[in-house]
Amino acid sequence: MKITEKPVAFYPEFERKSGPHKETTHYCPGCGHGNVHKMIAEAMVDLGINERTVFISPVGCSVFGYYYFDCGHMQAAHGRAPAVATGIKRANPEAIVISYQGDGDLAAIGTAETLHAANRGENITVFFVNNAIYGMTGGQMAPTTLIGQKTATTPRGRLEAQHGNPICMAEIIATLPATTYVERVAIGDSKHIMKARKAIRKALTNQVENRGYSFVEILSTCPTGWKMDGPDARDWLVEEMTKVFPLGVFKDESDHREGAWHRPVEPFAPAKRDAYLGAGEAEAKAEKLPLPAELHCKFAGFGGQGVLTLGLFLAQVGMRAGLHASWIPSYGPEMRGGTANCSVNLSERRIGSPLVDRPNLLVVMNQPSLEAFAGEVVEGGIVIVDTSVVENCPGLPGRRVVRIPATGIADEVGTPKVANVVLLGAICAATGAFPLAFVEQSLRETVKKKDLVDLNLAALRRGHEHVLGAV
Amino acid sequence: MSRKFMKGNDAIVVGALQAGCRAYYGYPITPASEIAHAAALHFPALGGTFIQAESEVSAINMVYGTAGMGIRTMTASSSPGFSLKQEGLSYIAGSELPCVVVNVMRGGPGLGNIAPEQGDYFQITKGGGHGNYRLIALAPNCAQEMCDLTVLAFDLADKYRNPVCIAADGFTGQMMEPVTVPAARPVPFDHTSWCVRGDAATHRNLISSIYLESADLERHNLKLDEKYRRIARDEVRCEEYQVEDADLIVVAFGIVSRIVYSTVDQARARGWKVGLLRPITLWPFPSARIAELSRRDVRFLSAELNTGQMVEDVRLAVEGRAPVHFYGRCGGMVPGAEELLAEYGKILEGGRS
Repeated sequence: MKITEKPVAFYPEFERKSGPHKETTHYCPGCGHGNVHKMIAEAMVDLGINERTVFISPVGCSVFGYYYFDCGHMQAAHGRAPAVATGIKRANPEAIVISYQGDGDLAAIGTAETLHAANRGENITVFFVNNAIYGMTGGQMAPTTLIGQKTATTPRGRLEAQHGNPICMAEIIATLPATTYVERVAIGDSKHIMKARKAIRKALTNQVENRGYSFVEILSTCPTGWKMDGPDARDWLVEEMTKVFPLGVFKDESDHREGAWHRPVEPFAPAKRDAYLGAGEAEAKAEKLPLPAELHCKFAGFGGQGVLTLGLFLAQVGMRAGLHASWIPSYGPEMRGGTANCSVNLSERRIGSPLVDRPNLLVVMNQPSLEAFAGEVVEGGIVIVDTSVVENCPGLPGRRVVRIPATGIADEVGTPKVANVVLLGAICAATGAFPLAFVEQSLRETVKKKDLVDLNLAALRRGHEHVLGAV
Repeated sequence: MSRKFMKGNDAIVVGALQAGCRAYYGYPITPASEIAHAAALHFPALGGTFIQAESEVSAINMVYGTAGMGIRTMTASSSPGFSLKQEGLSYIAGSELPCVVVNVMRGGPGLGNIAPEQGDYFQITKGGGHGNYRLIALAPNCAQEMCDLTVLAFDLADKYRNPVCIAADGFTGQMMEPVTVPAARPVPFDHTSWCVRGDAATHRNLISSIYLESADLERHNLKLDEKYRRIARDEVRCEEYQVEDADLIVVAFGIVSRIVYSTVDQARARGWKVGLLRPITLWPFPSARIAELSRRDVRFLSAELNTGQMVEDVRLAVEGRAPVHFYGRCGGMVPGAEELLAEYGKILEGGRS
């Protein structure tokens, strides 16, 4: 098809097109795509936006949109154009993004992308060319194929019971509150074309003025797919298609949405990101404390007792002491028995496995944990037991068992929630790994709620005292 | 520099922001969701974009759109979600767009479970989607590397205009360790010559992977292939520990490499000369180094959280010059040190009897 009176938003010659004919489009005679392309190009010229425009070519006959429009182009996978459009528009809200899609693309394989881009009110323009058939792949049924219409995959005609009904996208899109403008037009007679031209222009103007998501469904002809000549195709469109897909405006809130859908992006400069993430901050306390022995610890109890946090506290103490530290929550098959547990390693050397299967320090806050893990403690290891919860705590040959009513002490301090911090104090005393003052300073930095710092410090000291006193 | 105690999954987001990533698109899935949580918190706070997409398919296509503008962007998921992204990755590779995709691998196939596995090795290193393409694949084994390799991933993606995968596992994602936050820096690439930004300077550019003429598509594939050869030549990264005199070289990545590292000294204390070779790039694979090491009296053991995937690449590199053994656990089961030591013993002592 030759496009006469080419708008300047078209390339003067279609050099990206293969073959010798650089003047004509690749579309079949009587196809509606050429008309729609021309109306879009005219609107681009009138609005002066072609250099700002990114045109997303779909999969289907209009996959070669980039042959024609003198603007930026991205070709998208089948059905994905609205997602690609989102990625473009959100990254550069000044770009004018056109998602040009056929019926299979928009209303079958890309239904999810279509509905959700509309539902987010993306400030984009969607042109939906509905010709009730898959053109490029050889005339198969489209989601918009009419009942009774014969296609390559409905050789006996589309049946409701077999294939469902033609889907009316404009009506569906119009139900979504975030959408701004939804209209269905047609490439039929000259009156239709005038309305289509106006709708296309309005849909693009809305985007330029940040009025939000505009959707124009354009009923179009496919004489080749329909196996008709051009005039018959136009007649069939006007007489049959418009019965199922009525023309008109389904929603228009353009007037009161100017500027409302502009989503600016202002990425911070590197210095701002450094400040936000704390890169390059001076080390809080770089003093390096020697560790009497590497610690391979396991902390276990019921969920909610704070065993994971206890492990985290100790790991952070180690980090502050300039040690290598790792913390990992129970994960996978170890989660048996409904107990929560975590593994912590502290070492002056690089830590290999973060998982601890033979701990030299075990802290347990319930009976099942003691039973599950006591046997894994290495000879010479320490087992710290919260005897407020664990009733039956026998001695373990070759292991040092430290009994402390941590939850009871925490209650006395103010709340059972700090039982884990009582145990942290007990760990300090039992292992001798870190001086109490150092752990106190670490807690001051780690405890997020500053009004709880004193409570935590009290719990820490009580745990520490209890173990020292018991020795 | 300050060290912060953080989860591997959070460290990825820190690395991405410091690398200049401006847009994150994702869909929730365990055990990768923390990445989306951190991105939702930090990207908008820094003026960037975060969208929870309607699907993994949409997320990767949003990445395609932003990447096409020459802007750093990423998505993250776990195995079933990573499968859904393969279509988009094929288009991204075919269109030569730079982006970073994280796969915090979990147990499969199918719904599998949420425990750590390395069962996506084939999918990550051999293609995954349709057509002739490769992902550059980086395999961190600690929180610091989750951050640092993410920064590297963005640089490699831009340098080669190719998607880069962070091949993590459930452990490296969930584990917390001290992380030194690297300094942010401006993106050292100018993509004006090919990207489409929606401005005058780039409005004649085209992002596409369609080449209708056979000769054109062959030429495009050969060009991609030439690029992949350059990457294979220049970007191999691996770490070695005690391999020089080793009788048994254990090849392992991710969490398994950490466990193997623990066992090397223990094995040597028992008189077994064991070494660790850890591929940091799963693709390109350190084949040349393995080939070099195989030219003496040595055995290899590929230890993986799967039923035997990377072992095929070890065998291809060794080309029959040395015995190649395999030891794997899967479904979330992880070999302990004793278990691996027993395996070394079988290979080194049983193998010679």
